[in-house]
Amino acid sequence: MSNIKLTSNLNKQVLVKIIQAFDSDDFPRSTYQIPFKMRPKHSDPLYRCCIHKERAAIRERVIAGLGFSVAEDDHEKLLSQYAVDALERNELAGEVLTAIDTACKGCVPVRIHVTDMCQGCVAQSCVASCKFKAIKIENSKAVIDTDLCKNCGKCISACSYSAIARLRVPCEEVCPVKAISKNDLGVVEIDFERCISCGSCVSGCPFGAIHERSQLIDILQAIKSDTPVVAMIAPALGGQFPEPVGKLATALTRAGFTHVVEAAEGADLTILHEAEEFIERSKEGEPFMTTSCCAAYRELITKLVPELEKYVSDTPTPMHYTARIAKDRFPDCITVFVGPCVAKRKEGLQDPYVDYVMSIEEMGALFVAKHIELSECEDYEFSVPSSTEAREFAITGGVSHAVGTAAPENANITPFCIDGLDKKAIALLKSFAGKGVCNQGNLIEVMACQGGCVGGSSILNTPKSAEVKIKAYGAKGQSIRRILETV
Amino acid sequence: MKKIDVEICFGTTCFVLGGSHLQELENSLDNDLKEKINIIPQNCLGLCKNENYSQAPYVKVNGQIIDRATIEKVINKIKCEINE
Repeated sequence: MSNIKLTSNLNKQVLVKIIQAFDSDDFPRSTYQIPFKMRPKHSDPLYRCCIHKERAAIRERVIAGLGFSVAEDDHEKLLSQYAVDALERNELAGEVLTAIDTACKGCVPVRIHVTDMCQGCVAQSCVASCKFKAIKIENSKAVIDTDLCKNCGKCISACSYSAIARLRVPCEEVCPVKAISKNDLGVVEIDFERCISCGSCVSGCPFGAIHERSQLIDILQAIKSDTPVVAMIAPALGGQFPEPVGKLATALTRAGFTHVVEAAEGADLTILHEAEEFIERSKEGEPFMTTSCCAAYRELITKLVPELEKYVSDTPTPMHYTARIAKDRFPDCITVFVGPCVAKRKEGLQDPYVDYVMSIEEMGALFVAKHIELSECEDYEFSVPSSTEAREFAITGGVSHAVGTAAPENANITPFCIDGLDKKAIALLKSFAGKGVCNQGNLIEVMACQGGCVGGSSILNTPKSAEVKIKAYGAKGQSIRRILETV
Repeated sequence: MKKIDVEICFGTTCFVLGGSHLQELENSLDNDLKEKINIIPQNCLGLCKNENYSQAPYVKVNGQIIDRATIEKVINKIKCEINE
């Protein structure tokens, strides 16, 4: 799931071009030229039938990169006009994901297909297995009548040669809440009544057709202004580069941010409050509590599983606490949360203390566009160091471990981790709410991404490597217990 | 036989544009190939500054540049070098 694909490289290249266009003498004109510069006259197409189709898909990626919805694009509006509109808007209204129509038309709708491996056998068990009479034998091969086929898959298990296959639509396959599907035109549509912004489709689509609507232009404008701009970096960032997080923070200041604050600083407050809340809740006899920091999980509860609501911790997220710290420490500043997560973008839009959200990919594109080399950056001094436990929030098990460490020993916390919010995990959570019991533990940590935030949809480093680096950084911090003693 | 030098660029541009995968190169090699090469991680080979960034990530195999490097491309190049 959390593989970094070539599609994400294409996105990053487009983002680099947008930043360079913003920094050029003529932003609208340079933006208009992006598809033509990326696929110049007489060049060979890299992925598609021709450079014209690639240019069309790049144009739509630019629209998303400028922060607009591709679904609302009429194909007539020029990219130069989009650039002008991006400069003039005050806020990003609406949904945070958008589907790139031109990139989408790659895969066929879900269907059952007889492959060349069909031996035209005498048994004809596929024909017998089909209740809908959709399979016939023609010229010694099985043939499916797509009008009659109901995609039940009985024939797949019936065939002794494994010759029948289900053609899948990857985005539909990975979406845990059936929020994405192909419409009659064969183009993907997101049902935002159901979508929980988990980003599974962003990582799952092999054509890179699902995009985040970026706030890059808003952030670049803020950096250009006289107002101080604070980057709040998620714990997951500690594992994204070969260099340590201190150099990454300096790189952000070189890119124009005035100050950098670790979201782990806010996470320390989340840990302390969540531990207190756990104790109070267990005194009141509540059977279990779930963590609250994963924004996709929270969106799931609000939209689809309201019966779990009462078990979710009320403690605000690390992003929220950090934004409040930043607004307090640097009056009148603009706050920008930097993280690997689509759902945090949504949470950021709703949180009055968070002005903008930037993905890790967008941050990487910023470094590439501005020629910032991390190994040449000095170490940044954070004004308040974060705890070991908070630094490890981005790894599955990290949050519940932190809360367990901060709570007194007699709190009897037994953590249980939901490592990835897939269909099965959602069913399990629903069953806990239904029965009002969780036999596996009394503190349920929910991470929508497998492995934790290090498996988010806009990561640059492999989750395995990121985990090693984050643990090394965590080991250099102080335990949350030491912080507790000084509070 | 002299070992083949495989220099992997872990500079920021290369790493952002997909170079992080190349960390897995050593694990993707069979023992036979492993013994024949030296993997040398580099801070920045400086190639992104001379050419168009979209060619990143870069790897050098015995000094020869591979652009848009993937594990497969690097292994193929190593095999070519061995056969020469």
